[in-house]
Amino acid sequence: MATELQPGLSPFVARHIGPDAAQQARMLADLGLADLEALAAQVVPDAIRLAPDQAELGLPQGCDEAQALLELQAIAAGNAVRRSLIGLGYYGCITPALLQRHVFENPAWYTAYTPYQAELSQGRLEALLNFQTLISELTGLPIANASLLDEATAAAEAMALSAAACGRPEARRFLVDQAVFPQTWAVLQTRAEPLDIELVPVDPRQLEQQPYRFDGAFGLLLQLPGADGLLWDPAPVVAAARAAGVMVTAALDPLAQVLMQPVGALGVEIAVGSTQRFGVPMGFGGPHAAFFATTTAQQRRIPGRLVGQSLDAEGRPALRLALQTREQHIRRDKATSNICTAQVLLAVMAGFYAVHHGPEGLAAMARRVLLLRTVLSRALEQLGLAPLPGPGFDSLRLATPDAAALLDRAEAAGFNLRPEPQGLAISLDECSTLEELQRLLSALAPVGAPLPDLQGEWQALQRQLEGAGAHANPESLLWGGEVPQRQGPWLQQPVFQQYRSETELLRYIQRLVSRDFSLVHGMIPLGSCTMKLNAAAELQPVSWPAFAQLHPFAPPSQAAGYQRLVADLEQWLAALTGFAGVSLQPNAGSQGEYAGLLVIRAWHRSRGDHHRRICLIPTSAHGTNPASAVMAGMQVVPVACDDQGNIDQADLAAKAEAHAANLAALMVTYPSTHGVFEEGIQEICALVHRCGGQVYLDGANLNAQVGLAKPGLYGADVCHLNLHKTFCIPHGGGGPGVGPIAAAAHLLPFLPGHPLAQACGGDQPIGPVSAAPWGSASILPISWMYIRMMGGAGLRQASAVALLAANWLAEQLEPHFPVLYRGSNGRVAHECILDLRPLRRSASLEVDDLAKRLMDYGFHAPTVSWPVAGTVMVEPTESEALPELERFVAAMVAIRAEAAAIEAGRCDPQDNPLKRAPHTLAAVTAEEWDRPYSRQQAGFPAGEQQLASKLWPAVARIDNAYGDRNLVCTCPSVDEMAMPTAA
Amino acid sequence: MAASYPQDCRYADSHEYVRVEGDLVRVGITAFAVEQLGDIVFVELPDPGAAISQGSGFGSVESVKAVEDLLAPVSGTVEARNEAVLASPEELQNDPHGEGWLLLVRPSDPSQIEALMDAATYSGKVDGH
Repeated sequence: MATELQPGLSPFVARHIGPDAAQQARMLADLGLADLEALAAQVVPDAIRLAPDQAELGLPQGCDEAQALLELQAIAAGNAVRRSLIGLGYYGCITPALLQRHVFENPAWYTAYTPYQAELSQGRLEALLNFQTLISELTGLPIANASLLDEATAAAEAMALSAAACGRPEARRFLVDQAVFPQTWAVLQTRAEPLDIELVPVDPRQLEQQPYRFDGAFGLLLQLPGADGLLWDPAPVVAAARAAGVMVTAALDPLAQVLMQPVGALGVEIAVGSTQRFGVPMGFGGPHAAFFATTTAQQRRIPGRLVGQSLDAEGRPALRLALQTREQHIRRDKATSNICTAQVLLAVMAGFYAVHHGPEGLAAMARRVLLLRTVLSRALEQLGLAPLPGPGFDSLRLATPDAAALLDRAEAAGFNLRPEPQGLAISLDECSTLEELQRLLSALAPVGAPLPDLQGEWQALQRQLEGAGAHANPESLLWGGEVPQRQGPWLQQPVFQQYRSETELLRYIQRLVSRDFSLVHGMIPLGSCTMKLNAAAELQPVSWPAFAQLHPFAPPSQAAGYQRLVADLEQWLAALTGFAGVSLQPNAGSQGEYAGLLVIRAWHRSRGDHHRRICLIPTSAHGTNPASAVMAGMQVVPVACDDQGNIDQADLAAKAEAHAANLAALMVTYPSTHGVFEEGIQEICALVHRCGGQVYLDGANLNAQVGLAKPGLYGADVCHLNLHKTFCIPHGGGGPGVGPIAAAAHLLPFLPGHPLAQACGGDQPIGPVSAAPWGSASILPISWMYIRMMGGAGLRQASAVALLAANWLAEQLEPHFPVLYRGSNGRVAHECILDLRPLRRSASLEVDDLAKRLMDYGFHAPTVSWPVAGTVMVEPTESEALPELERFVAAMVAIRAEAAAIEAGRCDPQDNPLKRAPHTLAAVTAEEWDRPYSRQQAGFPAGEQQLASKLWPAVARIDNAYGDRNLVCTCPSVDEMAMPTAA
Repeated sequence: MAASYPQDCRYADSHEYVRVEGDLVRVGITAFAVEQLGDIVFVELPDPGAAISQGSGFGSVESVKAVEDLLAPVSGTVEARNEAVLASPEELQNDPHGEGWLLLVRPSDPSQIEALMDAATYSGKVDGH
């Protein structure tokens, strides 16, 4: 590997990699190294390091972005965009152009990180609070989280919460509406079985008469409207369930819920669903933001992230993530969920969609869908194709022996309808029009039958609804029966009232953007998060209709483009990891862990080893590891780490051998969470295999080894990859992610399947772990573009430069902050941990003080207090050029000097720029300034250079304890805003 | 910091204490536990009438840093719980051995109390942390 651009490298490589050849040469010289190859030899153990030709096997040559876009266009052309009226949780919708351009395609939104550093994240925290408020108002439940991965996994989270909250450990039955979406049922089955939960399908409308069915049950899931399209009054069954001590969850359609009585008022304790149809394209299955809402009694059990209000140091309201300690990174194997992410970008979209339309716009849209359903129903009746009776919202079902012919005729006319065992179903949506229904009817009508006059039906229906006298109950006429409806105003918070003008909404969006730090401002050196470039050419195809507008359950003949995309990616990722195959279904890293462990479990069981349930996990592992293991029905046995942060091999050997009879797996992160390539990974894998276990490799740190080493070759059996880290899918401000798993040949038969996609998974598949067969399919083009443009050689170069950047930073910072862990040659991997604990004693400084002070210097903090409390973990990635790295070093060195002033007694230990960081514009420009340091030192500590591009933290230091004691997680209403702030 | 631990209490390994008050015992967590937790934001306790079992979880205490399960130092029945601590968790932080008590319990096996540590032993155990 030379430092100059090789003939084999595509021009894109130099765009993706920050340091140019001259900068790389300088950095190497600072490290006393001749070239990148010499560095790689010091970092990656010889036993596992690959030569370039081995590393590039099975990967394409790189190319420039124009070429890659052309090739991907040709692949996309294999997809046929038809009008999908398939339903089942995925609907056509219109993304307002404003949101397409200023949110979805805006790097200020999609390159931001999870809002852990809240003072620099007030914009998307407010957007998420809008989302939570929308969900709370839709469902009538006071606590809504900031989104979950998809509707099916949200239902599974509801199942887990109900089991934990019901207080009767012996109750192991979860009753499920037989009209639940098939993918939800399948995911629930996957999740229930390892936990010894029995799923029982029920007809909820019969339950009132069958109270014995509540025996041994802890929860009940209703789907409203169901897969059968029907709505009904759930109040009696909810009351009966509650009387039996059974918690009720309702899976809801948010658009139907606009018109319906909020389920919280009916006694439902949990509501879940997907906000896809609120402005987010179907995208062949995702990503979309699912929601989860519950009562205040369960607020501390709610899975995922919750945005809450608190106060900042100046006493002003400020937002931040609430109840963080309930997350699995603290609770580990005691957590009831492994969810550690959200679908922030999509939740932000859905929230803005509601801001854009307002309650009256949403109601008009929902009502139009309802009217069109009635018109379509009457017209079908006239054609002799009468739909099944019953109230509903957007869907009609036809029982007909001619379904196959009708489906074919519809498809020929450009419509996908849903095949059913004895007929077909049609789901309408925001995009439906009378003109479109006319075309659909033309396709369905028997030859020679006169076509109904839809315009006439529409007008007649309107007249019937207006002339209340003509019909006793015009609303039930519209719904097709009695349905409990929303009464009175809702969504009255000012944010949902103020922005009907595009000018105003554009400026509101921009105001939020201007409060957030993202990669458009500077580096985000978060360890273990790999905040690298998300190139525009990688993102562009996500917006192409050929990828965005496909229904996940469209006929496979229309999805040839996606099949090719998936096949390419699976092949490339398998080649990069040294494994035999890949599943792209898991839609987050945690879901990849879970899927990988289930695959291991299925393999053991296929050999009759049902008793192998012990999962060894080093104490340095990410908290999702033990949480996932418990969800997969395993028992966690922790393995100690030595003083160097490495796995204590003696302890591992002792425990693996002690549990050899029951060993299921070792979960190991490599390079380690401490940022080091441990020696002996092959021996570790061999030891676990000797004891009958399988090795699960957590690929969170894959960015250090792509092209340099392959987990499949050094002994792992399955690993997950984070496409949102290593393969350029942006973090979206806290989601979406994609967490595929790659597996060795013996595990391939068990890769997750899907009930609605034959082509998905192995031949003895575990059940699905995501709602959609290929998870968040619409963002896979991002990783395809990255790999295609970089090529095998470019990917290897990127990893090597990532190692170079981290080692150069470690060398520069070591004189000021001790680097906690290093490998055997004194090198770190792609990240380094800086020890700040000495400053606690010498200057009364906490790690947060440094993190917040970095904001004043124009940086997002590194990872704070993980994996070691009192430290920061820095990962620069390959994408940051040397000047940006130097700017970071200068800021860190300057902060160390500020700490030295405290140590020397020249600064007050409490009233100093670190303790009072971050500094807002309001504080620095206030009339009064009574601090013992200057305004310049407060606001422009890096000097003149900051004048050109200062991003002021929107709020001062946030009081986390106050917010967790006084939980507020919806927007204030007009009344609350009028009230004086309580003391 | 060497906190002083009241002599009239007995102590469990998991940092809960009990103080015998007639037929009942008052249960709380020690100053050491509170110091380790930092700012306490939430306390979860069982309803009166609930049975608790030595070594098993009976509730949780949440700080901005962590959530810790509370483990019963003795088995018995909950007679009362400290509503003031539930309403303002700061009470626990301010006075763990006094106003910040958690439960009043009727022990089912008083011999369990004797088997707990005395103040000197507990103090020795947490000293140096």
